[in-house]
Amino acid sequence: MTRLASALDDLRTLDSLASRDTILAHRDPRAKLATTLAFIVTVASFDRYRVGALLPLALYPIALAALGDIPSRLLLRALWLASPFAVLVGIFNPLLDRATMLSLAGVELSAGWVSFTAILLRFALTASAALVLVASTGMQPLCAALTRLGVPRVFTVQLLFLYRYLFVLAGEASRMATARSLRAGDHSRMSPTVYASLLGHLLLRAFERARRVHGAMLARGFDGELRHADSWRWRRSDSLFTAGWGAFFAWVRIVDLPAAIGALLAGAAR
Amino acid sequence: MSAAAIELSGLSYAYPDGTPALRGVNLHIAHGEAVAVVGANGAGKSTLLLHLNGLLMPSGGEVRIGGLAVTRATLAQVRRSVGFVFQDADDQLFMPTVQDDVAFGPSNLGLPALDVEAWVRAALEAVGATHLAKRAPYRLSGGEKRAVAIAGVLAMEPSILVLDEPSSGLDSAARRRLIDLLQSIRQTRVIATHDLDLVLEVCGRVLVMHDGQVLADGSPNTLFADSGLLQRCHLEPPPSGPSFRGCT
Repeated sequence: MTRLASALDDLRTLDSLASRDTILAHRDPRAKLATTLAFIVTVASFDRYRVGALLPLALYPIALAALGDIPSRLLLRALWLASPFAVLVGIFNPLLDRATMLSLAGVELSAGWVSFTAILLRFALTASAALVLVASTGMQPLCAALTRLGVPRVFTVQLLFLYRYLFVLAGEASRMATARSLRAGDHSRMSPTVYASLLGHLLLRAFERARRVHGAMLARGFDGELRHADSWRWRRSDSLFTAGWGAFFAWVRIVDLPAAIGALLAGAAR
Repeated sequence: MSAAAIELSGLSYAYPDGTPALRGVNLHIAHGEAVAVVGANGAGKSTLLLHLNGLLMPSGGEVRIGGLAVTRATLAQVRRSVGFVFQDADDQLFMPTVQDDVAFGPSNLGLPALDVEAWVRAALEAVGATHLAKRAPYRLSGGEKRAVAIAGVLAMEPSILVLDEPSSGLDSAARRRLIDLLQSIRQTRVIATHDLDLVLEVCGRVLVMHDGQVLADGSPNTLFADSGLLQRCHLEPPPSGPSFRGCT
C-alpha cells in the first residue's frame, strides 16, 4: 500500500509541475494532447516484432521533458513503479514463442524475447509521453482540453473525479498501513484476516471521506460540471508544434530510420 | 434585507439508523452576528451546521436563510449565500493549485474569467495567502490550508460564513491569525468549536448544545460563568476566564 501511495505522490508532484513557467507550459493543452494521442497511435501501430524502428520515437518524450523542464528522475521512478504491469503483459511471450528470430553477436534470440522487448519499449515510450503530458499541462486543463476536443463532458468529469478520489483512497490506505505497522511488532507480514479487515475499513473510510469531499464541492456550488477559467488561444506556434511532430511521427512510421542509417553506414564502409 | 439571516423552526434530524441528532431546534440569528455553537462531541453541532446550506435536509421542521426556505429547489441560492468551511481543510481543497481551488466557487457562479480572477485575488488578500496562489494545496501547512479553505469560501462573497472547528489542529501563531481574520470579517458568522477562548474573542453570542437541543443561548460572559451549565454539557470554562473581548 505504501508503494501505491508513493507512486501516487509522484503523480501528484508531476501534476503540480504544470503550474511552472516553461516553454512547454505555453503550448495550448489541445496541441499537446492531440500530439501525444498521435504519438501513442503511432507507437501502437508498429508490428509486434519491430524494436529498432521504434527507437527514434524516443525523441518525443525526451524533447518534451527537456522543454518542460521535467526532472528525469521523477519520470524514471514513475515508469519503474508502473513497469510490473508491462512485464506481466509480455512475460509469457518468451515461453510461448520460441522460434529463433535473429542472432546478435552469436546469441540467438527467439521471437518471444523480441516481442517482449517491443512491449517494454512501447510501454516506456507511451507511459513517459503520458507522464510528460500530465507534468506539462496538469490534469484539470487536460480534461478541459478533452472536452473542447469533443469528448463528452460526463466522461471528463468522471475522469477528474477518478483522479481526485484515487488520492483520497491512497491517503487512507497509507495512514492505515502506517497505523498497522506501528503496532505490528514482530508480525510484519499481514495475515489474511487482518488484510481483509483493513480492506473493509479502507472501503468504509474512503467512502466517508469521499462523501465529505463531495459535500465540500456541493457547498461551493458544484452542479456536475467542472468549470475551468482558461485563457487558451490557439496560436500559429501550436499549429507548427502539432504539424511538426505529426510529420516526424509519419516519417518514422514510413521509413525505418535505424535500418536506413545502418544500410548507409554499411554502404559507406564498403 | 430580511430581519433574520438564519431562522430554524422545530429543526429535527435523525441519522439513517434512526438515532436522533437534532430535536426541535428553534433559532434566530440576525445579520452580522457572530454566533458560537459549543457542546460536547456528539451534541449535534456539526449536524446543525450541515443543515444551514442544505448538505443535510431536516427530518422535521424548517431552515430559512435570509427568509428563503432551504429546499432542493432553492439549494443553489442558499449555497450562494452560505459559505461553509469544513473541519478538515483537506476535504475542501481538491484542485491542483491554490488559485484554481479558490476559483472553484466563483467559476461555479458563472462569473466571467476576469471577475473570477479579481474575486480570487481579493479573497487570497483577505486571508493573507496571496503568496500561496501557485502552490499545490497538499503541500501547505495546516494553518495555510485553513486560510486557503476560508479564502475558497470568501471568494464566493457569501453573506453568511459557517465554520466547523476552525481552530482545531492549528499552532498558536496560525490560531492567532485565524482569530484576527474572523474578527475582521463583517459577514454573519456561525462557528462550531471547542475553543472557548476563540469564542470569547470573536463571538458576541453562544449557543450551548446538548443531546441535539439548544440548552442555553446568551452572551459568552453569562454562559461561561454558569459552572452548572458547563458541567452538565461536559464543558470546561475557558482558561482565560469568562469575559468577552470580541468585536461583535
